[in-house]
Amino acid sequence: MEKELRLMKGNEAIAEAAIRAGADGYFGYPITPQSEILEYLMEANPQATTGMVVLQAESEVAAINMVYGGAACGKKVMTSSSSPGISLKQEGITYIAGAELPCLIVNVVRGGPGLGTIQPAQSDYFQATKGGGHGDYHLLVLAPASVQEMADFVELGFDLAFKYRNPVMILSDGAIGQMMEKVWLKPQKKRSEEILPWATTGKPASRPRNIITSLDLDSERQEKFNLKLIAKYREMEENEVRFEEFMTDDAEYLFVAYGTSARLCQKALQLARAEGIKAGLLRPITLFPFPKKRLNELADRTKGMLAVEMSAGQMVEDVMLSVNGKTRVSHYGRMGGMIPTPEEVVENLKSFIKG
Amino acid sequence: MTEEIIIAGFGGQGVLSMGKIMAYSGMMQDMEVSWMPSYGPEMRGGTANVNVILSDERISSPILRSFDTAIILNQQSMDKFEKSVKPGGTLIYDGNGITRHPERKDITVYRIDAAEEASKMKMQKVFNMIVLGGFMKVKPILKTEYVLKGLKKSLPERYHNLIPLNEKAIERGMEIINKV
Repeated sequence: MEKELRLMKGNEAIAEAAIRAGADGYFGYPITPQSEILEYLMEANPQATTGMVVLQAESEVAAINMVYGGAACGKKVMTSSSSPGISLKQEGITYIAGAELPCLIVNVVRGGPGLGTIQPAQSDYFQATKGGGHGDYHLLVLAPASVQEMADFVELGFDLAFKYRNPVMILSDGAIGQMMEKVWLKPQKKRSEEILPWATTGKPASRPRNIITSLDLDSERQEKFNLKLIAKYREMEENEVRFEEFMTDDAEYLFVAYGTSARLCQKALQLARAEGIKAGLLRPITLFPFPKKRLNELADRTKGMLAVEMSAGQMVEDVMLSVNGKTRVSHYGRMGGMIPTPEEVVENLKSFIKG
Repeated sequence: MTEEIIIAGFGGQGVLSMGKIMAYSGMMQDMEVSWMPSYGPEMRGGTANVNVILSDERISSPILRSFDTAIILNQQSMDKFEKSVKPGGTLIYDGNGITRHPERKDITVYRIDAAEEASKMKMQKVFNMIVLGGFMKVKPILKTEYVLKGLKKSLPERYHNLIPLNEKAIERGMEIINKV
């Protein structure tokens, strides 16, 4: 398959990009608003072309454990779900992080808590960036803001997962999953045939056996392992921070927003500028690692930052930690599947400016 | 040029597919496009709407509260979206089933009786294409040639024999739309 321009839903773009990135397997269970990922893959039937396995598991728990197994064999494997389904997967995710295995997990977020609603939300930020399951671990979290990025972050996510031997999450939401935009698809990549030195692929006489586990009953060794994980996360903070800036050069007030909210803020920015308010936008692309350093720099020359999220206020805590009291920080958000309008965001910026 | 559009009506009227064809055509005319549907239980038998943006620039928010053009196909949508048209904007509506006609004086209102026309032509299924023809007449952004290409892209191959019928519907829509 050649490079190609298509009009696609975000969910479909993820599915097609997974095939083209040379993924070995997808294991999932349907849930709105991301069922198109599984449906698209089933219809595309890549097993017949690239050999990629697509399987509807009997549950979310089964799907994540299939991912665990595939990853242990060094395969490029992924799963996707939406909020309640991602909660079910958390046990598997912490085991995968604890076993230092690469994989890609897609969360097309809907409103919660509990079964909540099927409409878009960004209320899984804490879960995605601060662990989610138990134990000291982090996922590397990518936040796409367009259908193009839904496609691009699949390959990027796999690359980062294998670079760090760590699970990577694409944290999207129902709006980006369901909307259609233009997307450039990359040419088909061959599935890798490389046998990774740590993978469990059958022990030859030439090397000791590879053990994949997240269990170590020796506390001293376990602590050493924890320190190794932390060093890995510091390395991500050093090398993998990604963000995009809009009109920050002369901005007096800064929106901080990711995903769908960042798109709304781009419009809000234009509306605010038209009224003479010098607004800017910083859009974190990686939520972990978070663009702390850049926000801290921008805090020196802004009068305030407004975190806009479709949540009760989660990312705003990372913004506050980043600026460490240097400038005013506030939050504006809608919940339950409500999406704020750009006009609403501008009104809120105005009252934030007034104090 | 940026045209921000909402199409709203009943589920089953072809609201979402009409938006899709517009987005496809825009893409083929080298524009930036976005198509943001309402999704969920409200679509089954209830109201359906879609935001479509056609632009020469990178599109910021795909979700909007005010629109350059509203295409309104039932009374509930009229009640909800007449007020969402930007001052100086355009409202296109089908008179079928409308009990309260648009009242705003600061916008341009067009009426297209597409449902009636579709039933006269005995081709109810191309109702949305008649409406699209009306839109293309009053907002000449999309060219017929590209709309037909867009149709080809969005229709499964087994329906490609229906394309001439759709073309006829577009032409008819262009003829029957009237300024109120």
